[in-house]
Amino acid sequence: MTTFVHDLGWATLRFVDDLGRMAVFAAHIVRSVITPPIRLRPFVDEIFKLGVLSLVIICVSGVAVGMVLGLQGYNTLVRFGATESLGAVVGLSLIRELGPVLTALLTTGRAGSATTAEIGTMVATEQLDGLRMMSVDPVHMVVTPKALAMVAVMPLLSALFIVAGLFGGYLVGVGLMGVDSGAYMSGLENAVVFDDDVAGSLLKACVFGVLVGLIATYRGYTTAPTSAGVSAATTSTVVVGSVSILIFDYFITALWGV
Amino acid sequence: MSRSSTRDLLVGLFVLAGLGAIAYLSFSVAGFGRNSNGGLILFASFDQTGGLKPRAPVEIAGVKVGQVSSITLDKNSRARVELNLDASLQLPVDTTASIMTAGILGDRFVSLQVGGDDQTLRSGEEIGFTESAVLLERLIGKLVHNVNVGGNDGKEKKE
Repeated sequence: MTTFVHDLGWATLRFVDDLGRMAVFAAHIVRSVITPPIRLRPFVDEIFKLGVLSLVIICVSGVAVGMVLGLQGYNTLVRFGATESLGAVVGLSLIRELGPVLTALLTTGRAGSATTAEIGTMVATEQLDGLRMMSVDPVHMVVTPKALAMVAVMPLLSALFIVAGLFGGYLVGVGLMGVDSGAYMSGLENAVVFDDDVAGSLLKACVFGVLVGLIATYRGYTTAPTSAGVSAATTSTVVVGSVSILIFDYFITALWGV
Repeated sequence: MSRSSTRDLLVGLFVLAGLGAIAYLSFSVAGFGRNSNGGLILFASFDQTGGLKPRAPVEIAGVKVGQVSSITLDKNSRARVELNLDASLQLPVDTTASIMTAGILGDRFVSLQVGGDDQTLRSGEEIGFTESAVLLERLIGKLVHNVNVGGNDGKEKKE
């Protein structure tokens, strides 16, 4: 029993310690953003890696999720004879919830883990130490463009996911199930409000971008310099990232009703 | 990483596509700025709105001409509904506003029946003639009541 309490205390201390280090790390990144020289080139390269290369999985998942929503929504609504609400159902669930959350989860798996692995390997091969030897700040040089690109890329990917999902829902609802095309679109347009739904969705995506960017770079930066360490850090990014996305999603929804 | 024109092009296309998606969601789907052009504002008071919501459409002959911008309670405990309509509309002063339902379970909307007066309503004025929402529950209640009364009458007559 005493050992359990000891373990619990130790785990809590470790957790708080980790959070504190992460906050200091985040402050370091924020300071690096406003410190010249501004490294635009690595930032653009990171947008290519995190954004352009994630595009296929985002669009395919978006269309697939939209198609499933269209099918499920149709099967439920047809019982009440309310199939003209299909556009509203698909649109609202995609914009408010599924778009930002699934995009963030997919991006954590696809791009977040890659970021952790890349920084982690640089730690393991002492490249970051090399930078420090040349009195170059590795956070400024390596970490900041990656974290910043994640924040920039997330709303764009989320919006593309939603548009792909709307298309998927349209495909199934209108194309397969024979819902009226005008009813789908007007239902969608009447139900979606800019302030609540679209703005909230983009805000969520930005918060998730900050979260994933921070967790992925922090895990990479604090990797134990071995191959096992890199693999553990990569796994941890996906696990911690995904769980915090879901927890933050709940709190954003509860606090701001988005 | 060195400068690569293909990579830059792809990043540019990606950013454009993402911004295009955001613009599509904001302007086309959510109608940002579509209804905020400060058109003709009219008020109408109803005894019963029956679940009319802000942003519900306002229609004339089934054509959408505006939307409900707010619903408040006035001094006489009636619902005061603010309608934001197309600025180009010329509505006679004897226009009637009624709250209708699309289908049996559909959403509520405001329907305007255009009158024949020469004078037209100006922004900020009140539509005098209104027709409140018909509550399905109340209709069913009346129907059940009538059926019961009818049944009792039959029994009494038999006895």
